[in-house]
Amino acid sequence: MRSIPRPLLIGLIAIATLSTARVIADAPDLTSSDAFGAALRLALPIALAGFGGLVSERAGVINIGLEGMMILGTVGAGFAGWHWGPWAALVGGLIGGAIGGLLHALATVTFGVDHVISGVAISTFLAPGGARFFATSLFTDGGGGSTGSPPVDGQLGRFTAPFLAGGPIGSWDSPDALGWVEDHRWFFVSDLAGLLRGMIANVGIATLVLLAVLPVVAFGLFRTQLGLRIRSVGESPTGAESLGLGVAKLRYLAITVSGSLAGLGGAFLVLETTRYREGQTAGRGFLGLASLIFGNWIPAGVAAGASLFGYADAIQLRSSSSVLALLVVAAIVGLLLTAVGIRTRSNGRAIAGAVIAVVFGVLYLTVDTIPSQFVYFTPYVTTLFLLAVATQRLRPPEALGRPWRRRGAI
Amino acid sequence: MSTAALSRRQEFGYALAAPAIALAAALVVTSVALLISGHDPIEAFRVMLSYGTRSDSLVAVVNRAVPYYLAGIAVAIGFRMGLFNIGVDGQYRLAAVVAAAAGAAVDLPAPLHVAFILVVAMSVGCAWAAVPAALKVTRGVNEVISTIMMNFVATGLAAYLLQNHFKVPDDPISKTELLDESGRLGSLDWLIGWFGVDLPTGTHLQGFVVLAILIGIAFHLLITRTVFGFELTSTGINPTASGIGGVATRSMTVRTLLLSGAIAGLVGMAPLVNEFHRYAESGFPTQLAFTGIAVALLGGNHPVGIAIAAVAFAFIERGSVALDNLSIPTEISRIMQGSLILAGVIGYEVVRRRSVAAKTAAVAASTTSAHAPASEAVSA
Repeated sequence: MRSIPRPLLIGLIAIATLSTARVIADAPDLTSSDAFGAALRLALPIALAGFGGLVSERAGVINIGLEGMMILGTVGAGFAGWHWGPWAALVGGLIGGAIGGLLHALATVTFGVDHVISGVAISTFLAPGGARFFATSLFTDGGGGSTGSPPVDGQLGRFTAPFLAGGPIGSWDSPDALGWVEDHRWFFVSDLAGLLRGMIANVGIATLVLLAVLPVVAFGLFRTQLGLRIRSVGESPTGAESLGLGVAKLRYLAITVSGSLAGLGGAFLVLETTRYREGQTAGRGFLGLASLIFGNWIPAGVAAGASLFGYADAIQLRSSSSVLALLVVAAIVGLLLTAVGIRTRSNGRAIAGAVIAVVFGVLYLTVDTIPSQFVYFTPYVTTLFLLAVATQRLRPPEALGRPWRRRGAI
Repeated sequence: MSTAALSRRQEFGYALAAPAIALAAALVVTSVALLISGHDPIEAFRVMLSYGTRSDSLVAVVNRAVPYYLAGIAVAIGFRMGLFNIGVDGQYRLAAVVAAAAGAAVDLPAPLHVAFILVVAMSVGCAWAAVPAALKVTRGVNEVISTIMMNFVATGLAAYLLQNHFKVPDDPISKTELLDESGRLGSLDWLIGWFGVDLPTGTHLQGFVVLAILIGIAFHLLITRTVFGFELTSTGINPTASGIGGVATRSMTVRTLLLSGAIAGLVGMAPLVNEFHRYAESGFPTQLAFTGIAVALLGGNHPVGIAIAAVAFAFIERGSVALDNLSIPTEISRIMQGSLILAGVIGYEVVRRRSVAAKTAAVAASTTSAHAPASEAVSA
């Protein structure tokens, strides 16, 4: 029997799990196309930061500065968008993030500063301080202020696929095939339709453009010569050097690209809210880093991690009753873990799964509402939990975070 | 052979060079930022200096420096062993909420009451740090990520506890009940009185400063005079060698993180027992984890250095308040602090390399002179 590819299998199990939870908890919003659409919008900036982290860390440089680079991206996007429109906002975000990346490269590659320290300085002092400072100088004249820019000049359109999601062709509204399936609330099929429709109904052009960036990054890093060189620098800088590669140059490039991607994530946030607002990154750069580790430094894994955060956030923002349904999801995951544990004869896993299933099942049956503050930290607890379960299988790039000096230098 | 080691004076020079480089670089970066936005940097620094050195400002600087200092010590304990405790913020916040509520709920005589509050705070900080510690030694979870996650969770949990359990009922603002007089710490204004300085009304030098100094001394003694301190430092320098040498590195990791968490729990105590006498969401310092890291780094993980760095950070913040009059955004202080950290670590790295180079050169010089006659003898 030919086996199904693993990512596809996991995806199908995830949908089946959500579908079951939707039926049990009677929470149709759990798998509605609107919920998945919102999840996409919330996951994208995290994914961009995560892919940024991927490029940098595959080159061997830890990047906790992603949050700061994202913040600089929002300022750049706010400024450029206000003056020259939404496309310029994307460029502005890219440049803002790249500046943050260059700074990180200067500190870590040229001066050999500890990667975490440099990243922390950028994420929490230089970028937020610089953002506020320059916002005050740049935006107060044009109707903005120290904590926000004037609105972006114009907006990018939205797109709905014809026939599948009912998008218009000319002035004619085409049929909404997936919407029709979704409304019937069939087990699994309707949920899958909801997922697909969420990806193609009423999505912003910016979302589509930036979504396309992700496979390009993955291709560049894993299927091109330059990508191979960047990864070799992250595995063994000394070895790469002996083959004649410029380690410093490659790392500069990788970190700058990394910052640009985080900056694009920031630009997306600006376009979503139509202006720069202080604090709008709200830790998404850190979440990007978390999804990078969760995803085991592999593009598909990073995307999965970001989707998880985005989905949890979307459900949390949409309705508190759906959050209760997430308890059912957790309980089912526990049961699945038990099943896997029994099959692989891993007692620890089976017991852990059973405990999770019972705890969340009982919680669902006894609790009426979940305090909003608990919902707020759901994604973070999930990360901790997943890291606790999965860390031992993770394999970071070999030279990640190690100090490296050019041969012959002290 | 005496030339092989650098003289004490050279060593001292190298130790001071890094902070000096950092300060100079921070001033340059800040000046550039000010010039870009069309302000006069000289005038700005002059105003900061004259406002920051007023007597009430100096007292405010010391008061503000205390939480930074304790956060720095908490981080430095971890750094000594190569551990990043980025969770100081969460540990301190949760500790402050719980200690404020517990302190308001009990009725104890004065010294015991304050001690009770401090013990509660340390226990909560310790417990919160226990999670990343356990995850690290049992599951190998990197403490940088887990402590960042724990910060988010602590923020939510603290907000929940305050909102749903600890707040004064029927009050629009979320805050805990006021502490009784017995749960408050006195001021050190009498000490300033000795020097013949009169403080403006409303300005008090907090008594917690004394406690902070004691903690600094205890930290220094712990690191330099105890087995624990030795094992901590040696594990930080070379975990493998220390493990082979008999140090139980896993248990050291746990103990270090717990201790770090306990000190982090004390960070919010100066504002609590000395200033506000209750916990509220505004008023307590934010982002302390990163300030703590910055201060520990700049201070070279040494208690005296950390104290100087904490005071410098507080001074920059206080001084920049006066910049408002020049219509310069006070956020310039963040840029100044950020460039101070980055320039500081770069400075330390550059100076370290220079001093290694100097030592190598000194050793090379002394060995050639020592061996020269011998080789002559062989050739003769």
